[in-house]
Amino acid sequence: MSLLNKLLAAAALAVTMAGVPMVAQAAGGPALDKAPVRFDDASLQQGAKLFVNYCLSCHGASSVRYNTLTQIGLSEQQIKDNLMFAADKPGEQMMVALRRDDARKWFGVAPPDLSVIARARASEQGSGADWLYTYLRQFYRDDSRPTGWNNVLFPGVGMPHALWGLQGEQEAHFVTKDDGHGNKVTHLESLEIVKPGTLTKEEYDEQVANLVSFITWMGEPGQETRRSMGWLVLAVLSVFAVVSWLLKRAYWKDVH
Amino acid sequence: MTCCKIVTDKAQQLLGWVDERFPLTTLYREHLAEYYAPKNFNFWYFFGSLALLVLVIQIVTGIFLVMHYKPDASLNAAGVPVAFASVEYIMRDVAGGKFIRYMHSTGASMFFIVVYLHMFRGLLYGSYRKPRELIWLFGMAIFLCLMAEAFFGYLLPWGQMSFWGAQVIVNLFEAIPVIGPDLSIFIRGDFVVSDATLNRFFAFHVIAIPLVLLGLVAAHLIALHEVGSNNPDGVEIKKYKDANGIPLDGIPFHPYYTVKDIFGVSIFLIVFAIIVFFAPEGGGYFLEFNNFFPADSLKTPAHIAPVWYFTPFYSMLRATTSDFLPVLWAFVALIAGLTFRGTGCVWIKRACLLLVAGLYWGFFGLTVFGFTPPPIDPVVLGVHLGRGLDAKFWGVAMMGGSVMLFGLLPWLDQSPVKSIRYKGPLFKTILTLFVISFVLLGFLGTKAPGYAFFGLIPGGPVAAICTILYLAFFGLMPWYSRIDKTKPEPERVTSK
Repeated sequence: MSLLNKLLAAAALAVTMAGVPMVAQAAGGPALDKAPVRFDDASLQQGAKLFVNYCLSCHGASSVRYNTLTQIGLSEQQIKDNLMFAADKPGEQMMVALRRDDARKWFGVAPPDLSVIARARASEQGSGADWLYTYLRQFYRDDSRPTGWNNVLFPGVGMPHALWGLQGEQEAHFVTKDDGHGNKVTHLESLEIVKPGTLTKEEYDEQVANLVSFITWMGEPGQETRRSMGWLVLAVLSVFAVVSWLLKRAYWKDVH
Repeated sequence: MTCCKIVTDKAQQLLGWVDERFPLTTLYREHLAEYYAPKNFNFWYFFGSLALLVLVIQIVTGIFLVMHYKPDASLNAAGVPVAFASVEYIMRDVAGGKFIRYMHSTGASMFFIVVYLHMFRGLLYGSYRKPRELIWLFGMAIFLCLMAEAFFGYLLPWGQMSFWGAQVIVNLFEAIPVIGPDLSIFIRGDFVVSDATLNRFFAFHVIAIPLVLLGLVAAHLIALHEVGSNNPDGVEIKKYKDANGIPLDGIPFHPYYTVKDIFGVSIFLIVFAIIVFFAPEGGGYFLEFNNFFPADSLKTPAHIAPVWYFTPFYSMLRATTSDFLPVLWAFVALIAGLTFRGTGCVWIKRACLLLVAGLYWGFFGLTVFGFTPPPIDPVVLGVHLGRGLDAKFWGVAMMGGSVMLFGLLPWLDQSPVKSIRYKGPLFKTILTLFVISFVLLGFLGTKAPGYAFFGLIPGGPVAAICTILYLAFFGLMPWYSRIDKTKPEPERVTSK
């Protein structure tokens, strides 16, 4: 490993000395925090609660029906009593009451539908869950923005910090450094909670993890079932492979 | 016993009744029971039957998808395009829909994997050589149809990559002189990719191309069964026949190769199931992440990447920059010159002349209509080469041409032997370089233009070198296949 590093360093030096411009690492986005995604019923239910209370007022999840949540251990009655504020029947989709034109007026952009957001936000940097987990923990106060909020991962975001009551208000400290090539690069140095919310930092991270787990689950409900079905299918196919191999061998006995 | 006898007698009668009216038994004999295939097929010979299997998977899953999919770009009540939402509807609300959809999306990628390996088999064992030129050309047509089918189909989920990928590719037609801009509007049916485009692409994907594809597959198989299969030794088994006229090295396709191919199918299905059940996104290569954002004509993604199976050719398009054009021109002219010298086929000689003349005028002189003489421009002194057609046109020509080149193989290969087993070190080296170039081009095509290997080796020059190697594999073939040191072919097939 160290030899490889040395070789790479030597190569890097050689390239730089030769005056060939260094190409910046392609698609290098900001680093994402690893989201602790958990697909147990308790986490997903907690996540669903947060989603319905904090996200669904502005964002729809129009591909998801309320009764899909029976898959995470809730009964239809529980869903009806606790989670359905904007629908009458459990078979209805998670629509948003907010009118799109109003939203566009208020936020500059209509809040996107979140049904498959966790799949869309995946990239080479990390899973969609990682992106959401980082994003929801990096809002900070910025008076230059119309909403008073900005985000480190998504600069200039239209959305205000919906979970601020839980997290509190953060202040971001940026430092601008020279990257050694004469370019000014701005780095986030720290995020500091200046006005605490109802949760501690650890509790907030925990709740965001639940929420992100739910959003990930919602991107393809029943993805665990898909995997467990896969093992069964593979078992059947393996038997098929063995039988067909024996059949082939039996037929090919007389071919020389 | 008597009961059984009655049943078999009745079945015989029924078969006789059919045979008087339709050549059922004859077809069965000619294409299965008495189609004699060489007995020495190896691993590489699984992919033909597997391609047929994937075609069936695509058609069957496709039928069920069409029952629920809606080619409609308008927004629904939730502000999501109807087409995009209908795919999610299939994924969630249609019984088994998730698996049907994943099988179809995985099937698209597997189709290309299988077909690329099938074509590579052709390169290894010279399956395109006389008398199988038409099989090869039908196969090329199938490959083109497959690309069109994949391209049209990719628009249907109406995600960001669907939309912008289609936008980029249709815009390429604008590079064609004179008619280009009108042609691209004609293809789209609108000034941008829109509902009109979605509906016509749906029609092409579901009806037009599959019809042509099925016809071509039939032609491919009929031609194959007319001349007989090639084999890893590249020798004709029909040379040595027994007293009944059956090739000594041939075995009936059914049951020998049907049972063998069933085993191949079982292994393929295991791989297929692993992807469908455990990694349907294929790490973002089979289902691109960005395509889970609904199409938005106002938001251009930072990086528009085609799906992996198009990237080798897309990379060559991208490599054809105005800086690279003079180098490329020189190499293509050189390669065409060597092809001209090397080939025995007068038509290829003529094509080379035409190519060089065309390139010359295109680079130096051709404005839209006039064949003006080459301008004495600082060009030649190394400053600028822009009087001819622009780089975009050459990029498109390169992308189209690089696909078409495969079709020339039967006439480019001058080797006295067909199979790589008896070909010399020169062919083996160049084929290896070709494969490496193809894979590198494919890899680079999935990356953003500024990509560098390990952050050090810039991708642009690598793609340029690979493009030249790709062209050289075809263009220099008449030359290196002739001078290569080959081994003598055996008289009969060797046992595996």
